Amino acid sequence: MASGPGAPGLELEHVTISIGGRRLIEDLTMAVAPGEIATIMGPSGSGKSSLLSFICGTLEPDFEALGLIRLAGVELGPCPPERRRVGILFQDDLLFPHLSVGENLEFALPASVRGRAARRAKVAAALAEADLVGFGGRDPASLSGGQRARVALMRTLLAEPRALLLDEPFAKLDVALRARIRRFVYVHAQAASLPTLLVTHDPEDARTTGGPVLELG
Amino acid sequence: MRRCLLALTMLLLAAQPSRAEDWQATVAAARGQDVYFNAWGGDEHVNDYIAWVGQAVQDRFGIKLTHVKLGDTAEAVGRVVAEKTAGRLEGGSVDLIWINGENFAAMKEQGLLHGPFVQDLPNFQLVDTVGKPTTLVDFAVPTDGYEAPWGMAHFVFLYDSAKVPTPPRSIAELLAWAEAHPGRLTYPAPPDFIGSTFLKHLMIATIADPAILQRPVAEADFAKVTAPLWAALEQVRPALWRQGASFPASGPALHQLLDDGEVDFSMAFNPAEASSAIAAGRLPDSVRTFVPTTGSIGNTHFVAIPFNAAHQAAAKVVADFLMSPEAQLKKQDPAGWGDSTVLALDRLPAEQRAQFEALPRGVATLAPDQLKPVLPEPHPSWMTEIEAEWLRRFSS
Amino acid sequence: MRFVPATVAHGQLGRAQPAGTARQPVRGRWLRLIPPLTLGLFLGPILAGLLGTILPAFGYLPALGGERLSLAPWRQLFAAPGLQAASQLSLMTGLLATAIALALTILAFAAGQGTRAFRRARRLMAPLLAVPHLATAIGLAFLLAPSGWLVRLITPWLTGWQTPPDMSLLQGPYGFGLTLGLVVKETPFLILMTFAGLGQVHADRHLRQARAFGYGRIQAWLKVVLPLVYPQIRLPIYAVLAYSLSVVDMAIVLGPTTPPTLAPLILRWFSDPDLTLRFQAAAGACLQMLLVLLAIAAWRLAELLIARLARPWLTSGGRGGSGRLGHWLAWLCLGVVTLLAIGGLFALAVWSVAGAWRFPAAWPAELTLATWARHLDLLARPIATTLLVGLAATLLALGLVLGCLEQEQVSRKPPGQGALLLLYLPLLVPQISFLFGLQVILVRLGLDGTWLGLIWAHLLFVLPYLFLTLAEPYRSLDRRYETSALALGKPHWQVWWRIRLALLLRPVLIAAAIGFAVSVGQFLPTQMVGGGRLVTLTTEALALANGADRRLVGMVALSLAVLPLVAFAVALALPAWRFRHRRGMASGG
Repeated sequence: MASGPGAPGLELEHVTISIGGRRLIEDLTMAVAPGEIATIMGPSGSGKSSLLSFICGTLEPDFEALGLIRLAGVELGPCPPERRRVGILFQDDLLFPHLSVGENLEFALPASVRGRAARRAKVAAALAEADLVGFGGRDPASLSGGQRARVALMRTLLAEPRALLLDEPFAKLDVALRARIRRFVYVHAQAASLPTLLVTHDPEDARTTGGPVLELG
Repeated sequence: MRRCLLALTMLLLAAQPSRAEDWQATVAAARGQDVYFNAWGGDEHVNDYIAWVGQAVQDRFGIKLTHVKLGDTAEAVGRVVAEKTAGRLEGGSVDLIWINGENFAAMKEQGLLHGPFVQDLPNFQLVDTVGKPTTLVDFAVPTDGYEAPWGMAHFVFLYDSAKVPTPPRSIAELLAWAEAHPGRLTYPAPPDFIGSTFLKHLMIATIADPAILQRPVAEADFAKVTAPLWAALEQVRPALWRQGASFPASGPALHQLLDDGEVDFSMAFNPAEASSAIAAGRLPDSVRTFVPTTGSIGNTHFVAIPFNAAHQAAAKVVADFLMSPEAQLKKQDPAGWGDSTVLALDRLPAEQRAQFEALPRGVATLAPDQLKPVLPEPHPSWMTEIEAEWLRRFSS
Repeated sequence: MRFVPATVAHGQLGRAQPAGTARQPVRGRWLRLIPPLTLGLFLGPILAGLLGTILPAFGYLPALGGERLSLAPWRQLFAAPGLQAASQLSLMTGLLATAIALALTILAFAAGQGTRAFRRARRLMAPLLAVPHLATAIGLAFLLAPSGWLVRLITPWLTGWQTPPDMSLLQGPYGFGLTLGLVVKETPFLILMTFAGLGQVHADRHLRQARAFGYGRIQAWLKVVLPLVYPQIRLPIYAVLAYSLSVVDMAIVLGPTTPPTLAPLILRWFSDPDLTLRFQAAAGACLQMLLVLLAIAAWRLAELLIARLARPWLTSGGRGGSGRLGHWLAWLCLGVVTLLAIGGLFALAVWSVAGAWRFPAAWPAELTLATWARHLDLLARPIATTLLVGLAATLLALGLVLGCLEQEQVSRKPPGQGALLLLYLPLLVPQISFLFGLQVILVRLGLDGTWLGLIWAHLLFVLPYLFLTLAEPYRSLDRRYETSALALGKPHWQVWWRIRLALLLRPVLIAAAIGFAVSVGQFLPTQMVGGGRLVTLTTEALALANGADRRLVGMVALSLAVLPLVAFAVALALPAWRFRHRRGMASGG
């Protein structure tokens, strides 16, 4: 997270994505500054998720994509997904069902955090941050939707990403919960000065970011 | 002996009229029946011949012959046993078995065979039971009319004359040659019958008094008598193909090794086999045949009918046809199987005899007088013991 | 089947009925009988066969004079020459082959999942799987023998050999040839089963998530996908283990001979004219069963141990590198396996049209159709039997499986883990351990050597594969298609036939092709139940394999390989043609 104030965040230049000759996204250029949350809105099938996959480097081989992505001034194109340090949150929390809550968090922790005690401490801190003290040994399946969503965000942040992508992460939450989780995510993203890109079709998601909104399709 | 047989023949002739009528009844009953002929199916010449027999009995007797191809005759024995086990005393699935030696001994002893029936077959009168005594005594076990002779077998060695200019004259010389040329000799793993017969030759060559082999093994001191055999086998083992750590599965598999140039010797129970394999392009032209100067084992192979065979009448008709001059002539043709006849040529009409005599001898086939002397098969109980002991020594 | 009002026929729409008067839908009455019928047809022979093997193992077989229970057969068994070596060989080849096949599968997925090339490779796996074990084994033997094609290709210009080398992987004392053959055949099976398992666990999404955390492709797969997918492929792995430990036909062609592995040794005793050996053989068949149980138990233990030991590693945070090495290794290994399988088939084809072809020629002196012309009539009966038995067993199994699956839809109760285990029973119990007993029973019923008996025996092995292939597509078909059709007033059977079955045409045909391939490949059941009266290409090929002319063997084994491939081609081509104007029915993946 070497992005000081004024440093370039996430930049997209002339991005075009198509499948089977059909253009989903045409010549998209935008920049998201550190700490800023930009929103892309559009109906299903407009290519929002494909754009995020393209940024992550996990676009299915059936798609064709052109254009440049830069993160902190470095081009991501040649990097394999695991080197891009782009965190992503999906609609489904995708907590690994074979690991405990604590192990899920520890999984995301970089290997550079050495020693059992140090790693445990980081995990405990993250749990505390998510208001889930003592939940480390729990099975993710035993958590409520809101708890799972918070663990998912903490897990993503523990991996020390340099940008955050949000793929309709609040769509499956009920209305009351949605506002709370939304605030939780936004606060943490801004606190970490992450350039954040949100795709959604809920205008409420977009309105509350306070950032730029782009309509697709 | 001869007089006894003469009397038997007279008896047969005297009984002729009613026998003929019975036979007509058998042939009539056989029409439209199926015959499941359980016969080793590992040789295409044999398979082709059996297919020819199938066509002939279909045309002549309206019998539908099916060749059940066995990897080992024991499979058919096992099947009959399984049927007896399950209480199926008639309507069995095996009508006719190609058999001899220990399989015959086992089935006869267990009462698994139908018979005696062989005297009822008209063509049996043409069989040379005098000149070819093994048509009545199978591996020292009297056939007692429970199996009909089909062909004469004679054990020969095959060698590639391009690589072995002068063949060994004895088993001892063969083993000595192997030790001088490591990796170029092997034999099929017993209980394959070619492999077992090779062991028998080695046993006859290493034993002081071969006569004891004609009596059940229980009457001899097995360990002592066979000690030289095992000593010889162990001594040659490291010089065998694959250092004697593995052995080919069958005679034809050994032929394949000879054809591929992996070894220089093979073995067969049919003196004409080398010639017919050369003619079919399955062995190099340079392959020739030899037998040790002390002789080699000869025997007869037969067909028998299980006690519970579903189609006994048709099985008898087929067994009889197999002994007919026509079928025997076809079988002896070296362009096909090349298996020697069981018939006494002097009992055939002149024309048929001439046909037999006119059959060409293949390029690699020895003349009949070169094949002598013919050694008798040991009592089958010897083979059981020797196979078991071989497995103990070579198979762990 | 008469018209059934949609509201009664379909539970979902029938909820308005008062509970007290709700009656079982008409189709449910007979449909309900199908699962127990299937289970009976299926488990009866196996259990009875096992009993028929266990009793003689303890001396009870009245027809052979065994009237009272004793341990004599076991003493006889343990005194048998070669028993220890044969058992060790079986364990070694079985465990090693399974471990290697699994390792290759894991490597392939870890390095390749999600790549385009890997998806293409998947299409190759189904045909490789369809080729019967025996045909693959004979093809491998033709390639790898000391005088085989591979040596010929490099001799004498590279090796300088004038005669074939006196050493070989095949039939050697350590069973390398057999292990290799099993790896070549079982890796595609495990790869396909893993593909099926991945769908259940959302592997793609988890994989993407792990990579977003910075994990390399291989580490991500090993740490996230493998723990999730392993339970899905556990039973298939055990089936591979049981099969590899007790295989007969492959072992006869590729395995050592002195002694062979355990199963062929037992088969030899079963067919020995010395009838007392049958008791020993029955005890051997029980031992074979114990060995399989032991191996599975040991495997399970190893699973638990590895899972425990690897736990800290899972969360240690190590991301791994790009996995380039693993990538190349995976493609190399899979390439070798695939080339061996395909090369073997090619060798069969060339031998079947070869004239004289002596060592060390790399190509036959002439190509001729003489072998085919001369022996074509030899093939007619085995091909007819293979087709008839295969088609009958497949159709029967298809009917039963569809019935079970539909009943499952009606009752809304998917079968539990126990039912799955039962389904796997014929794949986990060594064939030789129950076929002897089964043979005795079929003989008593007068069914041995009959079409009915043989089809039944094949059904035992066809049915599980059919069920496993078809269950997932059947269950996951969107029910709303049928609901809306019923709402349109169509009778239930029409909806089932014209909507469900029509939509599932492709998976149904592929499942049928797999079932057919399984039937074609059966050696031991055909040998023991067909009683030699009914010969298929498999029994014919094995009878010829050890010794007969390579041209003839090549011809029969090639026919054996081609028959299931044709079935697969039909299964792929028919829906493609039928739905050629329906983009929504295009095959995925």
